[in-house]
Amino acid sequence: MNATRKALAAGLAALSLLAVSACGSDSESGSTDEVEVFTWWAEGSEKAGLDALVTVFDEQNPDLKFVNGAVAGGAGSDAKNVLQSRLQNGEPPATFQAHAGAELTDYINAGQIEDLTDLYEEKGWNEHFPEGLLERLKQDGGIYSVPSNIHRANVLWANPAVLKKAGIEADTTYDSLDAWIADLKKIKAKGIIPLSIATDWTQVHLLETVLLADLGAEAYNGLWDGTTDWGGSEVEAAIEDYSTLLSLTNTDRQGLDWPDATQLVIDGDAAYNIMGDWAEAAFQEQKKTLGTDYTAVPVPGTDGVFDFLADSFTMPVDGPNPEGTEAWLETIASDEGQVAFNKAKGSIPASTTADTADFGEYQQTAIKSWGEDEIVSSLAHGAATSVNWLTDITAAVAKFGSNNDAAELQDGLVEAAEDNKPE
Amino acid sequence: MSSTVPSAVKRPRRPKGRIGGHGWVAPVLLILPTVIVIGVFVYGLIGANINTSLQDRHTIGPSQGFAGLENYRDLFTDDDFIYSLRNLLLYTATFLVGTLCLGFLWAWLLERKSRGESLFRAIYLFPMAVSFVASGVVWRWLLNNAEGDRASGLNRLFESLHLGFLANPWWTDERWGILAIAVPAIWQLSGYVMALFLAGFRGIPEELREAARMDGASEWQLYRHVIFPQLSPVALSAIIIIGHMSLKVFDLIMAIAGQTNYTTQVPATQMWIEFTRGDYAKSAAIGTVLLVIVAILIVPYLVSTYRQERRR
Repeated sequence: MNATRKALAAGLAALSLLAVSACGSDSESGSTDEVEVFTWWAEGSEKAGLDALVTVFDEQNPDLKFVNGAVAGGAGSDAKNVLQSRLQNGEPPATFQAHAGAELTDYINAGQIEDLTDLYEEKGWNEHFPEGLLERLKQDGGIYSVPSNIHRANVLWANPAVLKKAGIEADTTYDSLDAWIADLKKIKAKGIIPLSIATDWTQVHLLETVLLADLGAEAYNGLWDGTTDWGGSEVEAAIEDYSTLLSLTNTDRQGLDWPDATQLVIDGDAAYNIMGDWAEAAFQEQKKTLGTDYTAVPVPGTDGVFDFLADSFTMPVDGPNPEGTEAWLETIASDEGQVAFNKAKGSIPASTTADTADFGEYQQTAIKSWGEDEIVSSLAHGAATSVNWLTDITAAVAKFGSNNDAAELQDGLVEAAEDNKPE
Repeated sequence: MSSTVPSAVKRPRRPKGRIGGHGWVAPVLLILPTVIVIGVFVYGLIGANINTSLQDRHTIGPSQGFAGLENYRDLFTDDDFIYSLRNLLLYTATFLVGTLCLGFLWAWLLERKSRGESLFRAIYLFPMAVSFVASGVVWRWLLNNAEGDRASGLNRLFESLHLGFLANPWWTDERWGILAIAVPAIWQLSGYVMALFLAGFRGIPEELREAARMDGASEWQLYRHVIFPQLSPVALSAIIIIGHMSLKVFDLIMAIAGQTNYTTQVPATQMWIEFTRGDYAKSAAIGTVLLVIVAILIVPYLVSTYRQERRR
């Protein structure tokens, strides 16, 4: 090796060392005016919502700098894995997105997020958000996150033109699932898909609304605190209804995701779809009009109940910038933040004082229900159970989808409850 | 001393060899970085993984203590894990038989100097250039089981060819669904096995065939006693390569069926689910079981290659 080559190699080695140390100092430098917000909102209406929030944040905090820590992919599961490794290595972001409610259990038990009860007290948020929501957010007596938006899970979307073809009045209302199932069978007899559905988590979503419809709000809530027996005859009857409904869906469900299932209703290939109200964005994007092109009502048997889920933001323990985190949470809770974010994302504000006069037509009905209805927590979207419990339920539901064994599904649900029930 | 120093200076480029007695220093220094990196990132992490699998660590919090082999006991009494092992076995068997048969058939056809050989060789090899995820997205559409007007992909093709009885639920069937996942895998890697066999065929000297023919061997006898024995090392390599790829199958299933789909569960997808929910001990235990299964396939092969090389 001659001298120049040697010098070159040494230089390269030194440079690479420099580069390594530079990276190290970069991540350490998290200076106090930077607020890294970790989400999985990387595209579509979610990204639009985040951008709107950032605009409000910058106005309210001109001396703080927003840093986007979004991780795309896997409907949030990739982001959650990245987040977990950062939390375990003691490098938390300033704040991260999580579903409000029981999904936070694991973070709380692992001591990874702060109790915000005092902050709620101090900022007056206890009066700012509806009492029913605060009740649902409480865990072990504390509140651990600030909700940014509310979605409703128990919404039945329908295509009036398809219903007419099957000889059903578009404005028919159903008091119970049984009456509705009878009409679904009529639709099937016409060779139309009565109810569209997609992959496993949308089946959990359907099961959740069936449980809510058959058990009623009180017994449904009891499923999560142990006062309702998963092995009982009520749940058995609900599983029977679920099984009937699943037999009235499209055969290719495993290959679809929720936009495909909703699209079946938009295109007139299916009559109904049960999906959360983020589906509204799909109808709006294709310039459909509520009332004429599609209808949106509570799932039969769940009228007067608002099956909620919410995104929310947390304060990690030992975060890099607690004041910055507090500023972000304040933006989230503020009426300006709630309005800007939810108008762009298509959801509704969690706060009762937000000015919602220029929200869309569907959103207005949701806001009205949000104020009046009884609030229960969604299973499929992390409000009702821990991640572990939901994973077990999803596995049982996925298995049922392939073998149609109702007894095994109920056993699986009982087992999941026993393994995961909060003490 | 004074006389040896100038002579060394005179011939600085002379390889030191065994003269200084430090001939091992340079090679050891050269190999050291690799040893350290592999030691830490392969064997160190395998050790860490086995350690995790022996802990009572079923949440994202720290370990609750040593659990011994309990995680493994739980795994092998779990019907779903047994089902996923059975799926893996079925998939591997189908994938191996499919690629070996097709690969050999194509290689045999091309070896007979058929026309357009290089064109066919390229066509058969091309699928290998596509990633499993990309081909999975296409096969997800080809293998879908929608009915009636919405039928598409292969089921649609069968119907338009009046072969409607062939239409089936593909990968959503509880018992045989996993075999549908093997179809795209076979499509992708048969060409590779063909290339291996083709190289094997080309490596057999023409003289051997001529000699066999001179001795009056029929075409079948020629293959049975001359060609096949020469091809067996190629076949073994193919089995090892395809086999270990098959045991690690993950991306293809994620792209076609998604992670939670029951009928296509294999240990790797279960490992991912358990990891994502924060059950690190169970996830690590599944990982260790997979490693052992792959080792059962690979280690005998490595040992026999090592012996052969020493014999030379």
